[in-house]
Amino acid sequence: MKEQLQNIKETTLAEIAGISDAKALEDLRVKVLGKKGELTAILKQMGGLSAEERPVIGQLANEVRTEIEKALSDKQTALKSAQLAQQLKSESVDVTMPGTRFEAGKRHPLNIVLEDLKSIFRGMGYTVVDGPEVEETKYVFDMLNTDEGHPARDPQDTFYITEKILLRTQTSSVQIRTMLKEKPPIAIISPGRVYRSDAVDATHSPIFHQCEGLVIDKKVRFSDLKGTLEIWAKRLYGEDIKLRFRPHHFPYTEPSAEVDLQCFKCGGTGCPLCKGEGWIEMLGSGMVHPQVLINCGIDPEEYSGFAFGIGLERIAMMRYNIDDMRLLYENDSRFLTQF
Amino acid sequence: MNLSMKWLNDYVKADMPIKDFVADMTMSGSKVETFEYTKGPVDKVVVGKVVAIRKHEDSEKLWICQVDVGQGEPIQIVTAAQNVFEGAFIPVVLDGGTVIDRHNHTTMKIKKGKLRGEVSCGMFCSFDELGMDNSDFPYSSPDGVLVLNDDPDFDKMKVGDDVCKAVGLDDISVEFEITNNRPDCLSVIGLAREASATFNTPLNVETPSFKGCGGDINAELSVSVENTKLCSRYMAAKVKNVKIGPSPRWMVERLRACGVRSINNYVDITNFVMLEYGHPMHAFDARYIKDNKIVVRNAKNGETLKLLDEGKEPISLSEEMLVICDAEKPVAVAGVMGGEHSGIWDDTTEVIFESACFDGVSVRRTAKKIGERTEASSRFEKGIDPINAKDALYRALQLVEMLGCGEVVSNVIDVDNSNKVPHKLKHDWKWVNEFLGSDISEEEQIGILERLGYIYDRSTNEITVPSVRIDMELPCDIAEEIARIYGYNNIPSTVPALSSQAKITAEQKFEDKLINIMLTQGCLETMTFSFISPKWYEKIRLAEDKRRSVVLTNPLGEDTSVMRTTMIPSMMDLIVRNINNRNMAGRFFEIGREYYPEASVNDLPVEKDVLCVGLYGADENFFTIKGIAEELFAKTGLKVKFAKCEDDATFHPGRCAVMTIGDTEIGKIGEIHPEVAANYGVKERIYIATFAIEPMFKGAQLDVKYKSLPKFPAISRDLSLVCDKELASGDIIETIEKAAKNLEQVTLFDLYEGAGVPEGKKSVSYKLVLRRADKTMETEEADKIVEKVLKALSEIGAVLR
Repeated sequence: MKEQLQNIKETTLAEIAGISDAKALEDLRVKVLGKKGELTAILKQMGGLSAEERPVIGQLANEVRTEIEKALSDKQTALKSAQLAQQLKSESVDVTMPGTRFEAGKRHPLNIVLEDLKSIFRGMGYTVVDGPEVEETKYVFDMLNTDEGHPARDPQDTFYITEKILLRTQTSSVQIRTMLKEKPPIAIISPGRVYRSDAVDATHSPIFHQCEGLVIDKKVRFSDLKGTLEIWAKRLYGEDIKLRFRPHHFPYTEPSAEVDLQCFKCGGTGCPLCKGEGWIEMLGSGMVHPQVLINCGIDPEEYSGFAFGIGLERIAMMRYNIDDMRLLYENDSRFLTQF
Repeated sequence: MNLSMKWLNDYVKADMPIKDFVADMTMSGSKVETFEYTKGPVDKVVVGKVVAIRKHEDSEKLWICQVDVGQGEPIQIVTAAQNVFEGAFIPVVLDGGTVIDRHNHTTMKIKKGKLRGEVSCGMFCSFDELGMDNSDFPYSSPDGVLVLNDDPDFDKMKVGDDVCKAVGLDDISVEFEITNNRPDCLSVIGLAREASATFNTPLNVETPSFKGCGGDINAELSVSVENTKLCSRYMAAKVKNVKIGPSPRWMVERLRACGVRSINNYVDITNFVMLEYGHPMHAFDARYIKDNKIVVRNAKNGETLKLLDEGKEPISLSEEMLVICDAEKPVAVAGVMGGEHSGIWDDTTEVIFESACFDGVSVRRTAKKIGERTEASSRFEKGIDPINAKDALYRALQLVEMLGCGEVVSNVIDVDNSNKVPHKLKHDWKWVNEFLGSDISEEEQIGILERLGYIYDRSTNEITVPSVRIDMELPCDIAEEIARIYGYNNIPSTVPALSSQAKITAEQKFEDKLINIMLTQGCLETMTFSFISPKWYEKIRLAEDKRRSVVLTNPLGEDTSVMRTTMIPSMMDLIVRNINNRNMAGRFFEIGREYYPEASVNDLPVEKDVLCVGLYGADENFFTIKGIAEELFAKTGLKVKFAKCEDDATFHPGRCAVMTIGDTEIGKIGEIHPEVAANYGVKERIYIATFAIEPMFKGAQLDVKYKSLPKFPAISRDLSLVCDKELASGDIIETIEKAAKNLEQVTLFDLYEGAGVPEGKKSVSYKLVLRRADKTMETEEADKIVEKVLKALSEIGAVLR
């Protein structure tokens, strides 16, 4: 019996070593350890053994069983990991192939710029306000000190609907409406579409976009205008940007200033972008003319304020190196997907 | 305004490097656009003297000259010019020098070379090669080279001198962009005053005066001004024994640098004075002033005048126009242009100078009406100082005497109704600092004002404004004067202590949300023009009653002449452009405006913000655009009903829905009608939806309250139904929703037509998810619910398959 056991052990272990698939392994387990298996059969004969032999053979049988079970289990683990390795190998992909992508939409470059401006000014405490594009001349010109005869009113420059109604040439009309409606303190920006009679070409468009700003409060000073626009420029172009304020004239502000930024391409040494001047004209601004305040029922003795107007197209075109304004309104998807 | 630097330096010392001059003037408020040297590209051209001349042996036409150019040894120049002689002084371009090509006006570089075997070390120049013309050298023959021996300045010329300097081509012309409020700076003296203040250096302008040759103007001329409102001052003077001729070089070169060509001494004097004093002048030939009588009056309807402008038909005058007349007829349009006989001619012997002050608005209207916007009219338009009229006239007479070209009658006529008194303003130097946020001392402020020509009275703190400064009215104007000369950039920068409170409105947030949803749907944001062609309505077959638009009276063209009442043609236009550009597919959106006119054109139209979505491409169909709409509504908590719309000619009648919230229509969604696409020349299927933002905003449920997660299991049941093909899925779902209690969700998961389904019918399958919030739903209850649902469905003609 001893020999039988030894024999089973040896042949079984040898068989296990030669097996390479899970089914054969299971078959072998049943053949040896199953209810009708070889080892079981031997153990069934234990009853015929003497009292002395029984524990000896029993112990041996258990040892053989344990040893075979361990070998089976080891083999099973080895087979499983081999199988998994095989599966993983077969599932391998070319990771350099493109991903499956759902492309989200994109915002228009002008609105990307506008969002930047909105967040800069909202951060400084400004509210964004909107107003009509088809507007009365009194809000676009009369109340802004731009009298009859001013070149800006010329039908060559401005689109008219009637003598008294026109397409606004600036969003200052929204400022007037706001001043008429609300009491100071006022701090607003009025972004929007404006219209001027320029034929379409690479640098002109009859429709373009502005973001104007207005602050009215007690003791607002010219230095506040300077500081505000410096913050604006730094937020938009970085801390190192340099501004210069240059005297100018607008009928609705006094003093008036145009603001130039030191060319961010050449740093002021002169290049094609700044036409060799080292500075780029960016916006118009000034202290709100007292007559404009009076027109809106605000006492200029008590309140003062400043206003500025920023062109979105100019910022966008410089930021993205867009050399032709028409691209902004043609809406070719090959253009729009770039921003 | 183009300024001659030489001329400026007659009045103020401004001899710093031109770059510094230009930069500082710009920063003090007189913006310089550009500047250029009057010699242009002309370089290395010197006065040469022909010391020997002989004929070229191999040529009939060529001459070989030995020319002294001040370099010790003469140089050899071969020339084809026939007016060269020994002893001639001629401009010589040296080797490496440049002149202007007389044929194509480009820059021409001259190099040492050989002509028929003979070395030529340079080239003789004609006046046009120097960029000048016959009027600069009246003594010179237009053919051949410029021989300087007859030049009025010949005595001053030396061999080897820079020719540009010798003939007055050594100036710099500076182009200023003068703002509307500063017509006084459209003059040499005005800019000299600015330069004086900018560079803190004295201004040397003397009040002009003339001697006169006796006589009394009142015996020579009478002036009556009938309309003193439109002509606040009229001054006239007379010059006898006039000698018409060329102007001296200093005058010609100053005019040239300011962009004005020399004509003759009298015309030049009027232009010179206009540029110097900023006051337009006119000169009449006294012969053509009938009865020596000048009347300033409104024109009579029916009167005509042939203008000085050659070759044009006489213009018709009308009664709102101010004209200058003689005893009989108009001879000039006041402030705009003279009549044909009013000019100065070679045989003119007596000249009448006019220096007047006409109303700007009237001049502008008249100039516009007759289509002649002149240098004079544009100056009157901006506003002219009546006090300056006198200085201008006296300056003209002074120049006549200086040039010795006539005898000035000793007194002048002055009809002055301007009643102009010096303008005075209070000056509060502390307020200026408060307003600017600056710290500029009282002395410095006064110094700046005085340099600008203001007179400060310390006892009253009042300043007297120079009479040419028509723009000064308020304390803030004074603040600007001080700020710009002190330097805007020397004023500190501060941040306002805002007491306002910023807010973002709910509408703004809603719009941002819509944009974000569109971006998640892969739509590109576009920007289209809000004015369109009225023909675009025809192209999209818009209903006639929706075409009434806000119409521009002066559009750039028909294609941008009306404000759109619908975004659809704008979206069509851009989609078609993308198709034509061979972009295979696209998803676009824009929040834009539509403009609806009121009954009266005198009322502002209603402007509505609309979200427009457009798609095309192989993967798009009605349900992809509807999916975008559903996503939009789902994410904004909107309950929107889609109902079939067969009567909108823009859309495919079988693939269009009208979207409503309650009773309010918010827009249409669908496939563009193939005939509309054909109107655009495309065959592609295009899908467009419009969403009015306001009603969506009003209906939006953006306040979300959390619902607890289900605690009990659900039962799901699939129903496969057969019904008429026409039965709308929306109706089936609505029926199910109404009939089923505890219905959590109902979704369509299969649609089938064809074999096995009777003709005219369709098979539709819905999955119902049923769940109770309070306990596990029993199968029996689910069965009952389904039973009820099926009963309700059978009533609308849908039965279990």
